[in-house]
Amino acid sequence: MAKRAAPEVNAGSMADIAFLLLIFFLVTTTIEKDKGLLRSLPPIDDTEVEPPIIKQKNLFTVLINRNNQLLVEDEQMELEDLRQAAIDFLDNGGGTNAAGESCDYCKGKRLEDSSDHPDKAIISMKHDRETSYEQYMDVQNELVAAYNILREREATRLYKKYYPDADKVFTAMLEEKEKNQFNKDEKLNERIETIKKLFPMKLSEAEPDKN
Amino acid sequence: MSKFRKKDKGELPAISTASLPDIVFMLLFFFMVATVMRDSSLMIENRLPSADQVEKLKKDRTVFIYGGKPSSQYKQFGEEPRIQFNDAFIGVEDVRPSVIQAISELNEDLQSKVVIGLKVDKETNAGLVSDIKQELRKANALKVMYIANTKTEN
Repeated sequence: MAKRAAPEVNAGSMADIAFLLLIFFLVTTTIEKDKGLLRSLPPIDDTEVEPPIIKQKNLFTVLINRNNQLLVEDEQMELEDLRQAAIDFLDNGGGTNAAGESCDYCKGKRLEDSSDHPDKAIISMKHDRETSYEQYMDVQNELVAAYNILREREATRLYKKYYPDADKVFTAMLEEKEKNQFNKDEKLNERIETIKKLFPMKLSEAEPDKN
Repeated sequence: MSKFRKKDKGELPAISTASLPDIVFMLLFFFMVATVMRDSSLMIENRLPSADQVEKLKKDRTVFIYGGKPSSQYKQFGEEPRIQFNDAFIGVEDVRPSVIQAISELNEDLQSKVVIGLKVDKETNAGLVSDIKQELRKANALKVMYIANTKTEN
């Protein structure tokens, strides 16, 4: 037999095979991006210091019962109204803060029987053990939203000039910080801190009663 | 002068597809590398609640804790919501050692920035979540993220 050279393998279908694999991986890939509400828990405090007395008017109580109903400041409320109620409370500015300054950026009604100053205003929420997690998250979401809306408003007032195209100035600032996390921009951090200080997030959670 | 013969006008040469497999392979490798196969299989039902005020989670510094009813394959564990950590059900009292161990396995400079991701089914009682939170406070892991689906703002 005559010696024959091995015929070359046709590589034309290689692309098809690769495409097939590619499509498989494309379909199965879920680039997971977890998002959620970031909250800080209070550290355990063993010291027996008398907790400071907080005036009732500086406290915004939100209770959720086991049937997922809301009791806000001793009145029943629907979830849709909670955000506005929280904003009204935080933004009231009826008095002065600990340093004796009155809240000159608050746009609230300055009622006598609501919060003195955003510095002092505390939102306290308590839930029952049987409350559903979904309702709990919805309430958390509304309260965080109240803070975010107010911070957004202040950011727009103070720093709109740096972000003329941004729809939401505070979000734009946080995004910029995220982008430049390796070369820290002191000015930007300072601005973000300023905004956070105007409306400090004082959202406390009481432990549910054991029953 | 035949070397400088004019080419026939109008006929475009066919584009060579020889590099097509290479391009496709490049894409293929990208997706193969980017695909993360879920490392711990969920033994619980996990339908997350939704929220619109969400922030992004940094994966590298996160320890996940799952909670919810055991799913249909794990009916022998009962109907009550359970806590899952990595691949096993744990009790409330085991949360603290598990979390401390998971934190110690993290990269050292991330240990102080650790975030606990709570992936809890929305049908769960909030009492379970507050039990977990108590344990986390004892473990001194105070940054918590309630993982949620993004709800479109209206």
